[in-house]
Amino acid sequence: MSAQSRNAIEVRLHDIAHARAGDKGNRLNIVLVCRDPAFYETLATQVTTERVAAIFATRHPSSVKRYDLPRLQAFNFVLDDVLEGGVNASLGLDGHGKSLSFLLLGASVRLDAGLAARFGNLIKLNQGETS
Amino acid sequence: MADRADKVFIGCGAGFAADRTDAAVPIVRELAGRAGPRFLIYETLGERTLALSQIERRRDPERGYNPLLERFLEPVLGDALRSGIRIVGNFGAANPRAAAARIAGMARRLGFPSVRIAVVEGDDLTALLSPEQFAARETGWTLLRDKPAIIAANVYLGAAPIAEALDQGAQVVVTGRVADPSLALGPLIHSFGWALDDWQRLAAGTLAGHLLECGSQVSGGYFADPGFKDVPGMDTIGYPIAEIEASGEFVITKPEGTGGLVDRRTVTEQLLYEIHDPASYLTPDVILDLTQVELAQAGRDRIRVTGARGKPRPETLKATVCIDGGLLAEAEISYAGPNAAARARLAIQTIRSRMARRAPGLTLRADAIGLVSILGDTAGQSLEQTRAEPADVRIRFAAEAMQREPLELLNAEVEALYCAGPAGGGGVRTRITPRLASASCLIERDRVRPTVSFPGEPA
Repeated sequence: MSAQSRNAIEVRLHDIAHARAGDKGNRLNIVLVCRDPAFYETLATQVTTERVAAIFATRHPSSVKRYDLPRLQAFNFVLDDVLEGGVNASLGLDGHGKSLSFLLLGASVRLDAGLAARFGNLIKLNQGETS
Repeated sequence: MADRADKVFIGCGAGFAADRTDAAVPIVRELAGRAGPRFLIYETLGERTLALSQIERRRDPERGYNPLLERFLEPVLGDALRSGIRIVGNFGAANPRAAAARIAGMARRLGFPSVRIAVVEGDDLTALLSPEQFAARETGWTLLRDKPAIIAANVYLGAAPIAEALDQGAQVVVTGRVADPSLALGPLIHSFGWALDDWQRLAAGTLAGHLLECGSQVSGGYFADPGFKDVPGMDTIGYPIAEIEASGEFVITKPEGTGGLVDRRTVTEQLLYEIHDPASYLTPDVILDLTQVELAQAGRDRIRVTGARGKPRPETLKATVCIDGGLLAEAEISYAGPNAAARARLAIQTIRSRMARRAPGLTLRADAIGLVSILGDTAGQSLEQTRAEPADVRIRFAAEAMQREPLELLNAEVEALYCAGPAGGGGVRTRITPRLASASCLIERDRVRPTVSFPGEPA
C-alpha cells in the first residue's frame, strides 16, 4: 500500500468511476460516472479540466469543458479537436475515439483513506500506478 | 381522435447499421403480449452511412437502403404485422422508396398483401442547394470552402412527418435521415396527440428516443468491464423497450428472458452519450435539458426516468454533407520474440526516413499494436513515451492522399521491409480504401419540406 500521506491513498479512476465516450466530428465527450455517490466530491475536486487536458496532452485538445451533473453523480467532459480529424479524417485505428474513455479511467486520484477503507471491496489498490 | 392511449410501448431493434439482426425477435415477442400502441424502431444511419448508401444507389437505382434491411425485418415482420406492432426505421437511407418496395415484397410473401408502408422524404438537399450555398452554411470546419462535388447532403428531419405517416395509418414508416430520437418521438406525438410546441412532453419523448436509439447501449451493451461492471448474457442481450406515459415520464426496460441489464449505471452512461452541453441537446423537435433528470430503479431491469425539460426547438436544422475524402493506405508488419519492440521501432524509423525522401509532405502515422496502437497520436509522441516488452508487436502504417501514387509507394516500402528491414519481420498486409469527408451545415427551417407518401398505393 503506497499511501503518500497518512490520510489519502492513490487509486485509479477505474476503481471508483466508470465512463463512456462518444464522438461528433472532431469533438469527443466522455461521461464519467461515480461508482458510488461518496466519490463525487473527490472527482469534482481532482478531475478538473486542466487535469483532463494533461491526460490527453498528446492529442492537443483545443478546449476541455466539464459539465457537472450532481443528480446523476456524473460529469460530462467535452474535448475539442482531440480525434485527429474524427472518424472520417483520422489516420488512427479508432477514429471515433471510443476507446478514449479508458484512457481517462487510467488516471489516478487521491482518495481519502477512510473512504477507501469503506469501499475496500471496490478499490483494488494499484500500487505504483500513476497517470 | 377520441381515445388517447394511457401508455405507449416502443422497442428498439437496432442501434446502428451493422447491429445484431436478430435483436428485435424478443422485443416483438414481449410487445405482442402488451396492450396499447406498440412500436418497433430501427436506427441504422450513422453519419457516413448515408453517403455510402448514396454511392450504392448511383451504382444501382434499386439499392441505396440499409444492406441488412431484409435480415433485420425477416425474423419479425410477420409477427409484428399480426400483432399490430408498427415499425419505424431510418433504414431507407438514400432510397426509402426502394426500401418500401422491398418491404412490401417481403410482406406479400408472408401473406400480407396490402400493408400500408409510408415513406418520409425531403431530407436530401443535393438538388435544393448549390455547392456555394452549402459552403455558406457550413459550421466550424471549412471543408466546403473550395466548393467540392457533393456526394450526399441530408438534413435531419424531425418527428412531425413520422407522426403524420402514422396518423394516416402507416403500419411501416421508412425514412432516410431523421434525428435519431425522432424515430421514437414521432410515434409518441401520434399516440398521445402531443402538440408540436408542448416543449416539456416533446423533451421527455426525445429523451426516451435518445435512450433507445443506440439499442443495447442502454441495456448492457457497450458496458461490460469484467470484475468492475459485469453483465449477464452478453450473447443474448435484450434490446431496450420504453414504456411511456402520456405525461412523458417513462420506464426503460428489456424483454423477459434476455441477457444484459438495465440499471442506473447503464442508463446514466447512455443518457450522456454523444451529448455536449447537457442543458442544451439540440434536435429538430425541441431543445432538451438533461440537467434535472432523475433515474430510479423501479424493479429488476427497470429504470424510471423523470425530469426532462424542454425549450423551443432551434430555428435552423442540421445537415450532414459528405464529399470525396481521398484514399487511405494501411500497411502492417509484425515482429515477435526477444527485442521485438526495438526491431519494430527501427522499422518505423526506416519507413519514416525513406518516405520523407520519396514522398515529402505525406503525413505518415505508425501505430505499434502491443505497445500503443489506439491511444496513440499521429505525431508518435505516445509511442516515444511507451516502454514495454510485449511478446510481439504489429506495426500499422497509415497515410492519406487524394492520389494513389504516394500511397502505393508507402505500401511498397512496407512490403520491402521483408528483405531490407529489421530481422524477422513477417505478415505484411497492405490495402488502399476510399474515404469520405463530412461537414455540418445549418439550414433554414423554411427551406426544408418533409413529405409523407404511400408509394405502393394507387394515388
